Formats: sequence, structure tokens, C-alpha cells
Amino acid sequence: MSIELSGITKRFGAFVAVDGVDLHVETGELLALLGPSGSGKTSLLRIIAGLEAPDAGTVAFHGEDATDRHARERRVGFVFQHYALFGHLTIFENVAFGLRVRPRAHRLTDAQIRRKVTTLLELVQLDGLADRHPRELSGGQRQRIALARALAVEPRVLLLDEPFGALDARVRQELRRWLRRLHDEVRLTSVFVTHDQEEALEVADRVVVMNRGRVEQVGTPEQVYERPASAFVVEFLGGVNRLPGAAGDGRVTFARPHEFAVERTPSPAALPGRLVHGAAVGPVARLEFALDGHASTINVALTPERYRQLALRPGEVAYLTPLRRHAFATA
Amino acid sequence: MDASSTRGADVSRAHSALRQGGEPAWVRALLIGGALAFLAVFLFVPLAFVLTEALKKGLGAFVAALVEPDAMSAIRLTLLIAAIAVPLNLAFGVAAAWSVAKFEFRGKSLLVTLIDLPFSVSPVIAGLIYVLIFGLQGWLGGWLAGHDVRVIFAVPGIVLATIFVTVPFVARELIPLMQAQGTEQEEAATVLGAGGWQTFRRITLPNVKWGLLYGVILCNARAMGEFGAVSVVSGHIRGATNTLPLHVEILYNEYQFAAAFAVASLLALLALVTLALKLAIERRVGRERPLAEIRR
Amino acid sequence: MSVAAIPAANAHLQERHFAIARAFDAEGAAYLLPGRRTRRRRAAAVLPGFGLSLGVAVVYLSLVVLIPLSAAFVKTSALSWTAFVTIVTAPRVMATYRLTFGASLAAAALNAIFGLLVAWVLVRYRFPGRRLADALVDLPFALPTAVAGIALTGLFAPHGWFGALLAPLGVKVAFTPLGVLVALTFIGLPFVVRTVQPVLEDLPRELEEAAATLGASPSAIFRRVVFPVVLPALITGFTLAFARAIGEYGSVIFIAGNMPMVSEITPLVIITKLEQYDYTGATAIAVVMLVVSFALLLAINALQSWTRRRHGAQT
Repeated sequence: MSIELSGITKRFGAFVAVDGVDLHVETGELLALLGPSGSGKTSLLRIIAGLEAPDAGTVAFHGEDATDRHARERRVGFVFQHYALFGHLTIFENVAFGLRVRPRAHRLTDAQIRRKVTTLLELVQLDGLADRHPRELSGGQRQRIALARALAVEPRVLLLDEPFGALDARVRQELRRWLRRLHDEVRLTSVFVTHDQEEALEVADRVVVMNRGRVEQVGTPEQVYERPASAFVVEFLGGVNRLPGAAGDGRVTFARPHEFAVERTPSPAALPGRLVHGAAVGPVARLEFALDGHASTINVALTPERYRQLALRPGEVAYLTPLRRHAFATA
Repeated sequence: MDASSTRGADVSRAHSALRQGGEPAWVRALLIGGALAFLAVFLFVPLAFVLTEALKKGLGAFVAALVEPDAMSAIRLTLLIAAIAVPLNLAFGVAAAWSVAKFEFRGKSLLVTLIDLPFSVSPVIAGLIYVLIFGLQGWLGGWLAGHDVRVIFAVPGIVLATIFVTVPFVARELIPLMQAQGTEQEEAATVLGAGGWQTFRRITLPNVKWGLLYGVILCNARAMGEFGAVSVVSGHIRGATNTLPLHVEILYNEYQFAAAFAVASLLALLALVTLALKLAIERRVGRERPLAEIRR
Repeated sequence: MSVAAIPAANAHLQERHFAIARAFDAEGAAYLLPGRRTRRRRAAAVLPGFGLSLGVAVVYLSLVVLIPLSAAFVKTSALSWTAFVTIVTAPRVMATYRLTFGASLAAAALNAIFGLLVAWVLVRYRFPGRRLADALVDLPFALPTAVAGIALTGLFAPHGWFGALLAPLGVKVAFTPLGVLVALTFIGLPFVVRTVQPVLEDLPRELEEAAATLGASPSAIFRRVVFPVVLPALITGFTLAFARAIGEYGSVIFIAGNMPMVSEITPLVIITKLEQYDYTGATAIAVVMLVVSFALLLAINALQSWTRRRHGAQT
């Protein structure tokens, strides 16, 4: 089930949350809406779900215009950031909820519901907890139940609003991978919202980078990382250094920490830098250089072997050559 | 002793005092004693007094005062009024809380302030305004007289005045509760396909059931115990338009003190039951507080 | 007490609330963007029942509360200004104001002092019977006023348990303005305690510990750290107790002497005029009381917002 967004605009008072967004989501793909808070990604997600109405633009599912259809009738699954589980119902009843509220004509029998719910609980690996209540579960477990609940009604599209935002780092990592595996199994068109670029790049088939209500770039994780379309994208994805440019040339240049060559000897294109601080703990050695006449320091990442080879001490000068530059015209 | 070690001694004394609760024991005892004395004079002793005076003439007289025909009809009337006023105000409270908590609209804070109005109005004035409308010289007085309907000095007037003074109770409990719970669960239910009433019945109501019960209990206590407003509209007709509190007044004014306190003790019992239920609910809500963490 | 502000936890929530507001903005025009297809905004919100619930609430409130209250103002507006002033400033009526407002103020002050004490003791200390005392603080809320009235009268009458103790000291309570004070103190007791208690409970211990490590004595800690935090709640509780006291009837009417010019409260003079069929006079005085009550209601709302903001800042 593909999703087609056309000219979506949404305002809250004077604040423009979404500004003329066009987006096409392929059937079966896992798409990430990535951006800082206020970028409009959650509003966009809620507009797809029907939880907000756009001021302009259309939403279509597989070619069928759904803009005026109520959230109840869109057959989307929505997973809320804070789970929104029904605290007074058991886990079983939470997952079964969507099946129980169907109009009598379409309702399944109790046995059918039980079978479906059990299958789903097995899918999210929580089948032993059917009789517990949400308050007895951990954050990660609750999130999986929220997912199972959304899947129970066989939605055409799955929408997740910062699904791992409320969890701590390690659980987040595990669930991230788990979601990816689940998606590969179920192959449901899915859109998830996140502000964590690492998460988006690791999990998604394609990434939509948003800023201030607009789409900055759409592409695979490789595309947005290697070939960023704007200064915003390159700064938002991964640490990046702003290089000093020639005055008045109207451009801003970036280089990533791991894309520098560092030598003790000067060369034509190299920038001389004084080492402020260097540490080689773990798989990456991080060095911080100060450049003359440049306000901020340059962060460089080297392999620990190269770092030991150079044997630089704080205060010593080295020569940095960016192996890759990303340059953009200043807005 | 130099300054720093004096300071050190002060700090460690303060530390140990804090660990015990902050003040020296005698201050604490004095404070507790003072507080309890105040509560005793204004709460405990009056309560005990009611019971003592009620039983002054013995258990037989106590029971006789309660089963006496005028007392029985007062009991019946009081129950009837509560049975009408509480459900109506419950429906209102739920409607008002739903609109205020789940939606945004202009004039919301005005609505909430208006809901609080009956709390700030003197009960006597509450009765007065209904007399102004339904009394013989009131707005509807002529029309009512022409159709031989009595509101003031009859049961309908008492019901109306009681409704007025108890309007806010359920709403005041539900509004903050439903606002704190937000709209996410209802939204989740909607996306899962639930209709309006389904969402309300299956999701909203269970989440607010204790607050609802709390509000109903308080509303009921006030409805049964209202005196000032009812006094104005009632006409004090024994056996017909006397509620329990009015009956107490009549007995007292006739110097039938033991009987008055006997009936009063019934009302005091109602108050204690109300407090006990209130406590029980607060305990239950405390146990279920983890519910709030689900929203984290 | 009054409605809590919607917790604005983050921009996400606020956006959503604004969204629903937009959906109801009847005057909104569709946004026209060049080249984009536009639509009139749907009026339907995601959650159902707005129209029904608001409609029911407003109609009910109007019928039961607003229209009846307006009757008092409508009737009084028929009076000329001088006639109105004459009625409400008659000597007997003025005496009732002095008693009612004076005793209410004194009772609220008494409750402020002892209510703070009670709240402090209930929150800070453990002692046998604490839970019972805590539960009984709400008794004035739950107890019918007539019962309170006859109980207090009986206690403080010359031969009552307390009256007999005070008589040798030459203090007469029942049937005097002092009796009114006692009754109004009873009625306002829970307001201060219940308003101050949550603030004391939520006061972070670290604040006091920090002050202690800086060398402050327990009384200095109370004066400089605890009391300023508690003050807004105390003022709110005081105002609530005051507002309740000025309108109180049932618990006062038995213990007051009810003698005009001496021990008559304003609600009583309203009833007296009613019984004499002086509807105009009764209503005029009622209007005065209503205006004061409404002013207090607004003050209380403002105070509660202030308390909430101060209180929230502490956590």
C-alpha cells in the first residue's frame, strides 16, 4: 500500500508546522521522517493517520484519496511515543481491542480473536504476558505490545511516532534492530518519526530529512549521508566540521571527522592546525585541532594505529587535508 | 574554638536534627499538641457531642426519634432529592469534563469559572433566586399558579435548589483528572476503529471511574445535607417538605434536643461514611498511580 | 481546586491542542497557495462528541445556574441607584456586614495560622492517630451544616462542655459574635489545611538540607526556605475559607444570637426580609453579596494560577 502526499500544509496559529510537502512512500518500504523538534515530522505523521487535518494538500493511499476520511476509517496502525496503552485492560485485551470494537457484522468470533492475538503476541515475543497489565511491563515490552495492538487490525500502513524515544539507550538499540527484522518479515509499508539520525540511518530503507516544515532531502541512508543536498542535512547527520572558507566567496564547506588525512609535513592544500587534545580510547582516536584565525576547533577521527604513528603532542602543529568536502552556497 | 570548627559543630547538629525531623523533640511535641488541640475543639469533640447528646435519653428514645412519621418522611424526601440531583449533576459533570478536557475552544476558562459559581454563592441566595423565578411573585409565578403547579414551598423547589448547590462537584473532580490523562488513549482507540460511544465507554470511563465515584460521593453528601438553600424554598411543612436537616432544625427549635441530636447523628453517620469512602478511594487511586507512568 | 492548566509537556502536545483549536475556528479561510489544490477545512475533529458535550454543559449550566442568578440582578436593576444604596446601607444591614465580614476575616485568619500548623504536623510528623486526624480534617466538608450548628451551639452554650469551662472566665461564646467566629472557623478549617498540605508534601527535602549545610537553624529554615514556598497556598486557602465563611448559614444560625444590630449575619437578614415579603430588599442585599463572592472567585482563580506557577517551579 503506497502513500502519496501532495502539497501538505499545516499551520498552528501563526506557526507553520508543515510547508508544502510532497512525498511518495513505496509499498512495503520502511521510511524514516528525520528532523529536529519543530521540523514538522510528527505533524506530517499525524496527518497521514488522520489525527490532524491538513490546511491544504491531499493524502492518498494506493491512489485512493483519503484526505477527508476519518482516522477511524483509514486502516492505519499508529504507535504512539508514549504507547497510549489502555492501563485498565490486560495485555491480551489491549491487543484485541481493535478486533472487539468492530461493528457486529464484521466482528470475529471469540476463538478467532484469541487465535489472532496469540499469534501477534508470539510475533512480538511476549506471549507469556497476556494476562498482565501494562503497568507491570517494562518500557520496551510496552512498546512491543503497542506495536502488536496496531498490527492486530491488519492495517495497510504502519505509522510510528518516535517509537523508541522514551527508552534508554541499550533498549533502544535492541528494539531498533528488532523492528528492522520485524519489518523484513511482515513487509508492511511503514513510516516512523525520529530525531535520532543514527536510528534513521541504521533502520530505514529511505530517509526523509525535514527542517522547519520542509523536506530537505529524500534518499537512501547512503545517499543522504554521502551526498547531502544542503548544509542542514550534512550538519544534522553525524558530526561535521565547518571549514574556514575564502572570505566573500559565498560558500560554506564541511568535512567529516573521519575524512581527513593528517601529516606532520605541510602540503599545498593542507590546513595547519595545533593539537588541542587527543585521545585514543576504543576503535577510534579523536583529535581536536585549533586553526589560526578560525573560531571553532576541528574534530578529526583517526584509527588508533595512525594516531600512535603520528605521535602528536598537544601544542604541536600538524597538517590536515580534507579528503572529501561538502560545499554549499550560503542561504 | 576557631570559626571553622564552630561552623562544623553547627552543621553536624543541624544534620542530626534534620535526620530526626528538623526540630528539637519538645518543639515537635508542642506543635503536635497544639494542632491536635485545635482539631479536638473544632472537630473531634463536636462529633462526640452529637453522639452523646443523641443517646442522652437512652437507646429507646433514640430509635423512637428516628422512626417517628415526620422523621421517616424527612428521610424519604432527603433520599428522593439525592436520587434526582446526583444523577443529573453527574451527567452534567461528565459532559462538561469531556468538552473541557478533550478539546480546545475559546471561552474554555470562562466555562470552568462558571462551573465554580455555585460554590461561591451563599446557600441562602441560592434559594432566593429560585424563589424569584418560581415564587408566586416570580417570573413564572403567574403561569405556575394558573396551572396549579407548586414549585416553591414544594418538593420541586427543593430539588432545584439542591441541584444548584451541588452542580460543581462531579465536574470539579473530573476536569483536572481528564485533563491530566490527555487524549492519547482516546486517539489510539479511534485509530483502532472504535466509534465515539465505544471509545467513551471502553476507554475514558474506566480511566476516570475513581474520580467519578469520588465526585458522586461528595455530591451526595452535600445534596443530603444542604440546609440554607432548602430552608428558603421549603416552607418547612412537616411531613411534606422537610428534609432531614430541616427536621433537625425544627426539633431543635422546639427544644426536643435529644430527638434533634438523634436525627443529627444519622446525618453525622452519613458524613463519616462519606469520609470513609473518600479515604478508601484515595487508597485505591494511590495503588493504581503506576497508571500515570504509562504515559511517561 | 480549580482546573489545572493543561500540562504543556512539550511542543508536540501544544501543537496538537492548537490543531484542534484551528479546526473550530469558524472564521478561518482556506489557505490559497499558488499551484496547490485547496480544500475547505473539515470541521470534524478526531475525537467525537464535542458539540453534544459542550451543548449539554452550556444549556444545563444556563438553566440551572446562570439564568436563576441573573434573576437577582434583573430584579435589582429595576431599582434606582439611590433606592438600592438606601437598602443596602441601612444601619441594620451595615451591622450584618460588619459581623459577617469581620467574623469571616477573623475566622479565616485563625484557620490560616492553625491550618498551617495542622498541615505541618500532618505532613512532617508521625504520631498515633495521624491518619484518623488527617481523614477527619474533611469533616466540615462532609457534615451537614445544621448538624455542625447544633453541635457547636450545644458545646459552647453556658452549660455545654466548653461553655461551662469558659463561663468562670467571663467568656460567653454562644449567642454572641464570638459564637459566629467559632462556627466560621469550623467551616473553613479544611480549606487552609488541604491547600497547604500538597505544597508541603512536594517541598523537596533537598532545599532544607541545603540550607542546613549552609548553617541555618531550624527556625531560620522555616522562615526563609519553607514559608515563602507555602505562602501562596496559604493565601489561597485563606481566601477560600473567607469566601466560604461569608455565605455560611446553617452552622452559624444556631450559635449566633440573631439579634439585629448585634449578632445577625447577612444571610439571615436576607431571609428575614424574604419572610416579610420584602423581595426587593432581600434581592438587593443578595446582589451585594453576589458581587463580593464573584470578586473573590476571580481572586481565588488568580491566586491558584499563581500558586501553580510557583509550585511548579519548585519541582
